[in-house]
Amino acid sequence: MDTFIQQVINGLVLGSLYALIALGYTMVYGILNLINFAHGDVLMVGALTALTSILLLKAQFPDLPGWLLMVAGIVVAIPTCVVISLIIERVAYRPLRGAPRLAPLITAIGVSIVLQTVAMLVWGRNYMTFPSLLPSEPIEFFGATVTVTKLVVIGMSALIMIGLMVLVNRSKLGRAMRATAENPRVAGLMGVDPNLVIMITFAIGASLAAVAGVMLAATYSVAHFYMGFMPGLKAFTAAVLGGIGNIPGAMVGGLLLGLIEALGAGYIGELTGGVLGSHYQDVFAFIVLCAVLILRPSGLLGERVADRA
Amino acid sequence: MTLFFPSLRNKPAAAIAATFFVAAVLIAAPFIVGTMGNAGVRALAFAALYVMLALGLNIVVGFAGLLDLGYIAFYAVGAYMYALLASPHLTSNFPALAAMFPQGFHNSIWMVIPLGAAVAAFFGVVLGAPVLKLRGDYLAIVTLGFGEIIRIFLNNLNAPLNLTNGPQGITLIDPVKIAGVSLARTLDLGFVKLPSVYLYYYLFLILTVITIIVCIRLQDSRLGRAWMAIREDDIAAKAMGINVRNVKLLAFALGATFGGVSGTMFAAFQGFVSPESFSLMESIIVLAMVVLGGLGHIPGVILGAVLLSLFPELLRHTVVPVQEQLFGRIIIDAEVLRMMLYGLAMVVIMLYRPKGLWPAPEHGVNPSTRDGAKAGASG
Repeated sequence: MDTFIQQVINGLVLGSLYALIALGYTMVYGILNLINFAHGDVLMVGALTALTSILLLKAQFPDLPGWLLMVAGIVVAIPTCVVISLIIERVAYRPLRGAPRLAPLITAIGVSIVLQTVAMLVWGRNYMTFPSLLPSEPIEFFGATVTVTKLVVIGMSALIMIGLMVLVNRSKLGRAMRATAENPRVAGLMGVDPNLVIMITFAIGASLAAVAGVMLAATYSVAHFYMGFMPGLKAFTAAVLGGIGNIPGAMVGGLLLGLIEALGAGYIGELTGGVLGSHYQDVFAFIVLCAVLILRPSGLLGERVADRA
Repeated sequence: MTLFFPSLRNKPAAAIAATFFVAAVLIAAPFIVGTMGNAGVRALAFAALYVMLALGLNIVVGFAGLLDLGYIAFYAVGAYMYALLASPHLTSNFPALAAMFPQGFHNSIWMVIPLGAAVAAFFGVVLGAPVLKLRGDYLAIVTLGFGEIIRIFLNNLNAPLNLTNGPQGITLIDPVKIAGVSLARTLDLGFVKLPSVYLYYYLFLILTVITIIVCIRLQDSRLGRAWMAIREDDIAAKAMGINVRNVKLLAFALGATFGGVSGTMFAAFQGFVSPESFSLMESIIVLAMVVLGGLGHIPGVILGAVLLSLFPELLRHTVVPVQEQLFGRIIIDAEVLRMMLYGLAMVVIMLYRPKGLWPAPEHGVNPSTRDGAKAGASG
């Protein structure tokens, strides 16, 4: 039972991070029908700039409390990610609106590689340790242990997601976003500036990615130039699982995928009698992805049938 | 001969001359490059290998319009297949097999190439069957996931049964032997001595030419036109009576076949395989070759593959010395710079030349202008 609770907690932590990243994919996809392949790398840039600024601050003011450094890191990461994301949108995606669907996907892959190599040049190839800023004493919880960082991850993601739901469903901007997702040209006729809405969508996605990046680095205490790739891919899986283009879907999909992965990795050894170990964790996400796409391509919460070729 | 130069189809003599000229250049190439050392010839051999890979991917992406980001998995399947069947790895790990084959596994290349092709094609169908209904970008992600799954399995299948030897990879793979001549040794023809790399280069060149012929014939076939119809509009293609499912499966299977064959060649050439040769980056590099050269246009794809596979050699010989001269140390690694330029190239090409450096003259090849009135008149 202890393993179960422990893995559920780990799954929730992982799942909240996936959900935050998946929101970025799903919002962009909802409006542009574009898989923003570089999203994971935006996250990586966020985590690394946060790390650098935290280390600089720490060297300057050694007495600052950990949580303040963390906040400072996030505050630096968000604008960096937003600016990068807006540049990517302007340079690599906007000129290709209306082009065949493969074209923006290929530029997205190109942008992703460029971001990774630039990060490799700036921060080097090695894994960097992310300092533990929040108290690291484990807290007992029904026989499982939790750290403050993990609780913060879960709490903060929940708050952000509630905020986003309010923004999308209750505000004027949210209505413009939903209208643009429905039909950009008609939204334009109704007085919405689709380009502005798309830019805002990218900016929101990038800020969520920045937060997720810092949290991810803080949870696992490492950051490196390739850290965005796997979470990005899995978050995309989560978005598909929940129904791509669907905001609550991304949240549900993220949490579910996190739980599946954590429980899968926790129990695969027992289930297969030790033949397969927890290093197959990454395989679960892809199996889930294939299964969803084959059995229910519109995702768990998705209603719109995906048939636009 | 006009097969290779469709633009010279009305001048057979010119086409024959052009073919002989190109053949002479390709045969002489290692001797010219080889004056600067065997590394250059090795690069040429790899260029030929990449041409094969890129042409295989071109069937899937260029002809049928299915974006496959896990293509390198088929290359991996071919390479590991050869590695397992032509190295002492299996017999030394499984005593039962060693008892059955006291000499160990040393299978002939003539058996391993078709087997590699068949196994890769099988994997192509296994991947293709469930994902056929997916739209372009979903397909890209699923194939990417498939490529990663294959790599994860190659990395971890050293326990409980040591099948792939995990991250260390498989070593001591037999070189190719043709008619008793091992390609790993210098071949003395009397008037000229051919070192091992030259022999592999010629072998790869022959296989590449076969690949090119198969691709051209496929492109002009009923199947090739069906692929292009699907690429342009699969609903319209279905309405014209094309069995979209089978045709797409054939694209996956045939594309995978070329990947598998080049994989076996890679394993034989290197004598060593490990999972890190089959990362996502490799898939993306091959995709970059196809995109850069010209999606769906065979000469363009060949150009892209040759350019991008020889380009790192050029970088290594220019960037490193230039930086050492300017700054006294190496600031940007040639490898990093290469990846960055590949990424930039993909963006820039898509923005400014979406059909590639050497695009197809029109959508596919129009058969009516090709062997319509003229062919009828001449006989």
